[in-house]
Amino acid sequence: MALPPNPAFTAPHVNDPMVPQPYRIAGRREENYDTFTLELVPLGDEEPHGFRPGQFNMLYLFGIGEVPISISGDPARPELLAHTVRALGTVTTAMKELKVGDVVGLRGPYGSSWPFEALQRQDVIIVAGGIGLAPLRPLIHHLLSERRRYGRLVLLYGARTPGDLLFQKQLAKWDEKTALEVHLTVDRGTVAWRGNVGVVTTLIPRVQFDVSHASAVICGPEIMMRYSALELEKRGMARDQIYVSQERNMKCAVGFCGHCQFGPHFVCKDGPVFPFSLVAPLMKVREV
Amino acid sequence: MVTRDLSRSLAQHAFFRGMDEKHLVFLAGCAKNVLFDQGTFIFREGEKAGVFYLLRYGQVALEVHGPRKGQIRFQSLHEDDVLGWSWLFPPYTWHFDARALSLVRAFAFDGVCVREKCDADHELGYQLMSRFAEVMVGRLQAARLQCLDLYGAPA
Repeated sequence: MALPPNPAFTAPHVNDPMVPQPYRIAGRREENYDTFTLELVPLGDEEPHGFRPGQFNMLYLFGIGEVPISISGDPARPELLAHTVRALGTVTTAMKELKVGDVVGLRGPYGSSWPFEALQRQDVIIVAGGIGLAPLRPLIHHLLSERRRYGRLVLLYGARTPGDLLFQKQLAKWDEKTALEVHLTVDRGTVAWRGNVGVVTTLIPRVQFDVSHASAVICGPEIMMRYSALELEKRGMARDQIYVSQERNMKCAVGFCGHCQFGPHFVCKDGPVFPFSLVAPLMKVREV
Repeated sequence: MVTRDLSRSLAQHAFFRGMDEKHLVFLAGCAKNVLFDQGTFIFREGEKAGVFYLLRYGQVALEVHGPRKGQIRFQSLHEDDVLGWSWLFPPYTWHFDARALSLVRAFAFDGVCVREKCDADHELGYQLMSRFAEVMVGRLQAARLQCLDLYGAPA
């Protein structure tokens, strides 16, 4: 005898954290040759989800797969959820072909955020490498929108070449028209490039800040974050003044599956933003 | 008198921080103030390296040129940085090009003069070489990170 259908498996789970909601691509921008930004709006009448700077969403490309992508837009404008994506794997490469009007699945936001309350009254040193600027951009929007609550704001951003730098128009605008000091560096310069050449860690000794009232936020490849933290420590910054955004293989995004386990932490749930003091010992453990 | 004035200026440069005044006065005899306009090549690969510079103002690019690659800029130096160490060892030739990206002001040190003073005063030689070693280690560590192509696609 067939069992009656279990309503738990057949009813729509609109509040289920594992069920993606349809979002339409309202805007699309090429950032460089392999990186693009998608601006998403809910397909139905759903109210936009707010988010905190540093959080991520799971984006689902129907029939292909799901990937965790940091939210890169302005937290004051949650109705237009920006995600900056680098085409690297199967899902993100297919995502690069999406056009305005196409629909993707979205669930989130998930994870911890940059500790902007702890940054108040501090000089804030923002260190970004490559696509690591994307998860920091919402924080920068927030810091600038509440400028008076913070001390000196400094962005140190490194990329491979001048063409790899993300959000170039916005970087210029931030530097010229806001209180954010922007220092850019590339690994390989061209003759036309008038800026700094060298890894982003080389910018740290040259920046002015009050180490007793300063904090740093870092996002980029893990090696870059480790060495940036080391340079900040040489300047006298304590590990609990430094925050990093970890990247691991996030699948469920809610701490069930364990794919993103990082020692005793789940990066999806406890992170991605961690105090460096908490994760520095784990960063030295191989295969964690 | 000029040498003593120059030694006071040298004492304010990050490279010489903490160095004895007698050594600075001694070294000032090998130094002079120089200025390079924007776009000027300070030195070029293969030329005789008889000098080193302590940058006081401006930005300098280190570059190498290759066929079909053009001019590749791999490092930039700024105020308080040291430019050049090919004067230290034979064959005393520059390995790369150095170009002023802005107006540059610097102290220029005659390499032969400095080497002779270091030979005559080993304490001075130790102090100077310790400082160069620290700069070299920092540059080597940064160059290694740069070689890793950190921001590239993960393997």
